[in-house]
Amino acid sequence: MSTPARQGSAFFEHFDRHAHGKGLKGATTHYCPGCGHGLAHKYVAEALVELGVEDRTIMVSPVGCAVFLFYYFDTGNTQAAHGRAPAVALGHKFANPKSIVVSYQGDGDLASIGLAEIMHSAQLGIPISVVFINNAIYGMTGGQMAPTTLMGQWSTTTPEGRNRMQGPPMHVAEVIARLDGATYVERCALFSQKERKRAKTAIKKALQLQVEGRGFSFVEILAECPTHWGLSPQQSEEHVRDVLAKVYPLGVVKDETSEPWFDPGQPSFDPEKVLEVIEAQREPVQRFCTKFPAHLDPIDVSVKLAGSGGDGAQTVAMLLTRTAISEGFDSTHIPSYGPESRGGTSYADVHLAKEEVLSPSAPHPHVLVAFNAPSLDKFAASVKPGGIVIYDSSMITKPPTVAQGVKVYPVPCATIAQRLGSVVVKNVVALGALQEAAKLLDERSFLGELGRSLKHKGDLIPLNEAAFREGVKAVRELAG
Amino acid sequence: MATPRPEVVVTEPLCKGCGRCIEACPKHAITLGTEINQTSGLMPVHIDRGICNNCTLCISACPEPYGLGTELYELEHPEHLYGEQPRRPAPATIPRKELALPKVEPMVLKGNYAAAIGAILAGCRHVYGYPITPSTEGAELMAKLLPKLHGVFLQACSEVATVNHMYGTGGAGLPTMTFTSSPGFSLMLEGISYLIGTQLPSVFVNVMRPGPGLGYIGPEQSDIKLMCRGLGHGNTHAIVLAPTSPQEMLDLTFEAFALSFKYRNPVIIAADGYLGQITGRVTLPDHLIDPGLPDWAVWGDAAHRGNLNSSIFQDWVDLEKHNELLSAKYVEMQKAEQRSTGYRLDGARTLVLACNTPARMAKAAVERLRREGRPAGLFQPISLWPFPIDALRPLLKTAKRIVVVEASNGQLEDELRLALHHAKEWDVELHHLRHQGGILPTDQEIYDVVRNVTEVTQ
Repeated sequence: MSTPARQGSAFFEHFDRHAHGKGLKGATTHYCPGCGHGLAHKYVAEALVELGVEDRTIMVSPVGCAVFLFYYFDTGNTQAAHGRAPAVALGHKFANPKSIVVSYQGDGDLASIGLAEIMHSAQLGIPISVVFINNAIYGMTGGQMAPTTLMGQWSTTTPEGRNRMQGPPMHVAEVIARLDGATYVERCALFSQKERKRAKTAIKKALQLQVEGRGFSFVEILAECPTHWGLSPQQSEEHVRDVLAKVYPLGVVKDETSEPWFDPGQPSFDPEKVLEVIEAQREPVQRFCTKFPAHLDPIDVSVKLAGSGGDGAQTVAMLLTRTAISEGFDSTHIPSYGPESRGGTSYADVHLAKEEVLSPSAPHPHVLVAFNAPSLDKFAASVKPGGIVIYDSSMITKPPTVAQGVKVYPVPCATIAQRLGSVVVKNVVALGALQEAAKLLDERSFLGELGRSLKHKGDLIPLNEAAFREGVKAVRELAG
Repeated sequence: MATPRPEVVVTEPLCKGCGRCIEACPKHAITLGTEINQTSGLMPVHIDRGICNNCTLCISACPEPYGLGTELYELEHPEHLYGEQPRRPAPATIPRKELALPKVEPMVLKGNYAAAIGAILAGCRHVYGYPITPSTEGAELMAKLLPKLHGVFLQACSEVATVNHMYGTGGAGLPTMTFTSSPGFSLMLEGISYLIGTQLPSVFVNVMRPGPGLGYIGPEQSDIKLMCRGLGHGNTHAIVLAPTSPQEMLDLTFEAFALSFKYRNPVIIAADGYLGQITGRVTLPDHLIDPGLPDWAVWGDAAHRGNLNSSIFQDWVDLEKHNELLSAKYVEMQKAEQRSTGYRLDGARTLVLACNTPARMAKAAVERLRREGRPAGLFQPISLWPFPIDALRPLLKTAKRIVVVEASNGQLEDELRLALHHAKEWDVELHHLRHQGGILPTDQEIYDVVRNVTEVTQ
């Protein structure tokens, strides 16, 4: 714990986090003489105090020379991974919308490794403030090329000067300004009293916009790096004025009026509210089954439903699982999932168990429901001896080859559904047929579940009930 | 007459002599120094007192907080000078609360949904994620439900951003989580290392799919190595919990939050693709959690102002100490958080060891073997790290062999081998049944392997 700031300062009175506060490190920064970071720190600290928000500020420090921001700032502090400071800042802002979150980043951190995060954040427009230090070089790692390094500029990784092979330097403030969520973007410098005053004003404005909940704000500061530029502090200031600021024009890039909007509210932990939101059922469901369908298997019955995506195999599998669970059995549904489930072949494995479903897949089902010929071809032979195959005979003309004792029910599901007014309910026709052929549960169990599943689309219930009953009837007629 | 301005002074040992103040001075009162300061070894600037009118413009041009000012900065630590300094009161922890949940009917939920509901009941209102099959339904449900509870679901721009959003929210002391699947989990590893290094809670539901590379979307268990041994760079570990059903997806996710706050460390739910997609019966717990706020949170108010989340230690001795602290936590987790279950372990001569969906197949196989009078049992690790060796060891008095069943190329078996080795259990016969690519071992295959190894070795 560091010695707190005095009243009216956002800097620690003593830098106890810097080399345990020993010697001069307890009172000086780790920056080289003439470095622009110290000034940017100072203006942020002053602005925080002037706005009266130092208590609720969180400084997010980058990887780069400013990594040790938390040595100096007597605020909440979080040190982020390289380039990820804006993402971390958003995590803080969402957690506590009242906190004032500053993402302080250098040019390698923000404009190279962290481009995705900064652009996403600027487009998103959640009110956080970004201070971007552009000194056109990697400082911490020892003078390598940054995305903002100038053409011709020497660095340890552009020993002949930056050329076309490394591409031209990036104008970050202009890029950010093009993104819709950014309300205020300005580029400043530190080389003269006038520019320093502008920089301070810009930082304060960026913070003010966040305090008012208006939007994402961004201040780029052209900063000196005498050490890696190989210049004296004075020459460095002149270099920014005469060279850097010519490539990166100073001034406001974007300043849009935005109304305060950010207020996500207070999270609710009220049990009643949570149960309502997750749609938990208070009332027990009426049960109709008296016994497990042991005529198919004493403990575990498996059903495979197969068709092409859109046939409704998954929906009816889910209905079957829900109904079985409502009746007090264990049941599982596992779909063939992924891209092919939306258009290609789609199949579902369902188990109904007296006590507990073990293996949830159904390589050898007791019952197969097939909606198209490829599905019937693929799975008919896998049905257990003594099992049941139901197929949509309006879509499939060739009867399947099955194991001994397998009962086959051709049911024109699609035709029946069409007659009822909507081909979409062919899967519910098949469900009726499945119940009648396999006597899995009770007809009333399924009708009840149909009603519950369609409670938000009540006008569809009669059609679905009719489809189920027609499926039952079709199998009865086949059985004669 | 106007009040005289306070005098501008240089605290000479703190001045690095950069001379940025020279340009700032309208009176040209400042010049570069000529004498080396014996404390700093640098040459501080010189102010000509005869010219300076104390306008203070130089102060705003000084990059050092305490180099130039209107009073001399005392170099002695304030506590040396004045004794113990007044500190801000330490923030108080707002304790988490358990709130009774009225009894409701069992729900019918897909595994991913069940984990999402578990997280909501555990007090998680901040979820970040990036779509990836077969885990995406978790994000989808959170996007639907969280706004109704004044929570936040943010679809991040990548898995890398996801884990860093979590780092921010977890660092603010709130429960946070994500759903992902293997390639996405790979991308999160750097962030997980940071979460561990910074000691921040967070929950990851990793619905594993086959690799390497893009692989495909079926069920696999091939991130066991990554989750148990490879959580990014550095000396890292996290509790890894393996469910077998939608019910356990909910229960273990619910519990994961408590563990992640207890140890201030990420917790990982290791599911296979089937567990994300399978629908089944789920009973809700009898309470939910209002998470409160821990004292260490970087929350952004006066009480938490002095808090810091960081994993950087400039001093190597400090960093070693920090690693020792983390390692001590790992030891504590290994002692207290081993979890396992079993089936028909009584008198088992052959143990089938499996977790996730393969454990269900293994249970079916064991049931059949037992019906035939063959003494097989299922040993099911629930915590893959720490490996539940303490529960396994007593079984090895009777059991002479273990058949490891898994949907990977031996990653679960490697965890077992390492645990056996540390426990000096040298005398166990190991066999295995493995599938990869999205194929799960079937109960028939497990039955066959157990019969095979039993008959060959008897």
